[in-house]
Amino acid sequence: MADSEVLRAPHVLEYPYVRSVGPVIGAFLTGLRDGRILGAQSRDAQGKATVIVPPTEYDPVTSADVGALVEVGQSGVVTTWSWAPEPKKDQPLDRPFAWVLVRLDGATTAMLHVVDAGSLDAMSSGMRVTARWRPAAERVGRVQDIECFVPEAANP
Amino acid sequence: MSAAAGRATVRPVAVVSAAQTKSVRREDHRNEVEMLMPVVTDVFANIGVTKADMGFVCSGSTDYLVGAPFSFVMALDAVGVWPPMRESHVEMDGAWALYEAWTLLQEGEIDTALVYSFGRSSPSQLDRILALQLDPYYMAPMWPDPVALAALQAQALIDTGKATEKDFAAVAARSRRDALRNPNAQVAKDQSPDDLLRDDYVVAPLRRHALPPITDGVVAVVLAAEDRARDLCERPAWITGIDHRIEAHALGARDLAQSPSTRLAAQGAGVFDASGDAPGAVHVDVAELHAPFAPQELILREALGLADSVAVNPSGGALAANALMVAGLLRIVEAASRIMDGSARSAIAHATSGPCLQQNLVCALAAEPSGPARKGA
Amino acid sequence: MSDPGTITDSGSSGEAPVTMLATPIRLDYQYTAGLSQSRFLQGIAQGKFIGQRCPACHKVYVPPRGSCPTDGVATTDPVELSNSGTVTTYCVVNVPFQGQSIEIPYICAQILLDGANIAFMGLIQELPATDVRMGMRVEAVWLPKDQWGLTMASVKYFRPNGEPDADYETFKEYL
Repeated sequence: MADSEVLRAPHVLEYPYVRSVGPVIGAFLTGLRDGRILGAQSRDAQGKATVIVPPTEYDPVTSADVGALVEVGQSGVVTTWSWAPEPKKDQPLDRPFAWVLVRLDGATTAMLHVVDAGSLDAMSSGMRVTARWRPAAERVGRVQDIECFVPEAANP
Repeated sequence: MSAAAGRATVRPVAVVSAAQTKSVRREDHRNEVEMLMPVVTDVFANIGVTKADMGFVCSGSTDYLVGAPFSFVMALDAVGVWPPMRESHVEMDGAWALYEAWTLLQEGEIDTALVYSFGRSSPSQLDRILALQLDPYYMAPMWPDPVALAALQAQALIDTGKATEKDFAAVAARSRRDALRNPNAQVAKDQSPDDLLRDDYVVAPLRRHALPPITDGVVAVVLAAEDRARDLCERPAWITGIDHRIEAHALGARDLAQSPSTRLAAQGAGVFDASGDAPGAVHVDVAELHAPFAPQELILREALGLADSVAVNPSGGALAANALMVAGLLRIVEAASRIMDGSARSAIAHATSGPCLQQNLVCALAAEPSGPARKGA
Repeated sequence: MSDPGTITDSGSSGEAPVTMLATPIRLDYQYTAGLSQSRFLQGIAQGKFIGQRCPACHKVYVPPRGSCPTDGVATTDPVELSNSGTVTTYCVVNVPFQGQSIEIPYICAQILLDGANIAFMGLIQELPATDVRMGMRVEAVWLPKDQWGLTMASVKYFRPNGEPDADYETFKEYL
């Protein structure tokens, strides 16, 4: 059979998942809707106090239950970054941007988000960034309630 | 129980046959079953056995690639599991299917197993499918693609001062040059690292050459224990140790520039020297490392403490062909093949799964069931 | 774990806590039918059922998927099958569900085409749901020829063909 006779057809799968988020993730998402960023208090393997952001129900390294949730800063340090010159479908920004792990002030772990920096040259590990929120009326309780982070100097 | 004590009780099991398709960018005139059948036929014909000789069948694949639930059940038509056979499947790379088969062989009830995996990436949107392996609350909703996340890892490595973009290019150049001698490779060419550094960034700091190809491929192996292995194969590739470990899923809770789970898996597989004078130095002839992105090879080399004399990825590795769910088992096949053809006496194979080397499997292979002579032992 | 609800006391919005997260997913594929299924669908577009025979056990599979699920070998020998067959077993669907296109109750049957060694699922129409039985002889009813295409929808349904019921012995191994 010639290759041209082999049949092909588009096939679309859609999963309209709606997830229940539980007390910890739910509190974090509620915080985002209300313009605050929360972390979970925990302890590392050496017993040192830590704050996990974004919070999980258990410590990602020791597996111990986490403690109370606390508010952390809305600015922090980029621990690593990458530069996406061509954003893809459904990604947070529709112009070139940086993916970052950002460790917010008061947090021990870093969270995945994006930085609207304009150009790769504006990015570096260790730089400080701050959250740019969507307008309160558009926030529903999801990570995209933070529209992006921006270099701190650009958003005094 | 120490790893050494565990090894003392291990039943010798070996890779005795292997077969694979040529890796291609797009195999769209055959379905998964039609791709698998000739490979299963070959892996049996190599050693003159049939499916009736197999005590167990285990496969690795993911339904997301096929776009249909329980696709592994249909794939079993390529084997013909009638009369009913003992069978299992992992929604993981085939290397983990091999681990399951090896574990069952340890129980002593069966002496042989067929392990295969199939991965046809071309019909799907691989970037989006791989985003769905991420946690669905904090990461997946932003649809980060695998290149973006691997680039975060690459930058973390650069920030340690241990590697530069030029080192990434050197890994890619060597891999694709070695792939010229691998007839099953998808991407094989001879280019200098300096040439490669003229590639554009896909996601900085990763340029085109530091990325794996998108691949359709199939691989199969037969495992056999003890005397059955010696009967079936002149030079069985004995599995002297195998282990796998996983790290936290949250990228921001890990040091992306290191791979502690690889090191633990290697310890579990017994690949390190017993003596303490050269801790971590692995002395084997060949290492096949599943590093889909060039910087990951550097992270794995350090975790494994590979000596400079070790030939790393002579097949070209995942930079030459990277069928999802296949490329890890293919590393075991490539390493075992060099023992079976007599060109190597000892090897380690590594497979990875999850974002940024989250989960890692290490398999130690040798020409003798007792393993390579250990320095200081 | 302490009660994380304690932190919400200073919540500024006064709205209810977030308990659910919508994460809609859409994935696009380019599906390939493969060689054997393509041949089958090209047969359908010409008003024929084309199966494939296993070279080892000589069983005929329809629709074919390219391999014999018993022997694990390629089925490359095409076989044109009859337009008639036998109901091996069936069920009567009485429950409405999303996307249903047929009026309930209706009959969903396993149909063994004459010359085939495997039954496939088909709709039975033109008789009351209470009258269907195992062994009933049926025939395919096709859309008008100008509407045949590369789809099983070219076959509207199956209906009784008037022949006496098949003997149980002739289809018992296909249940």
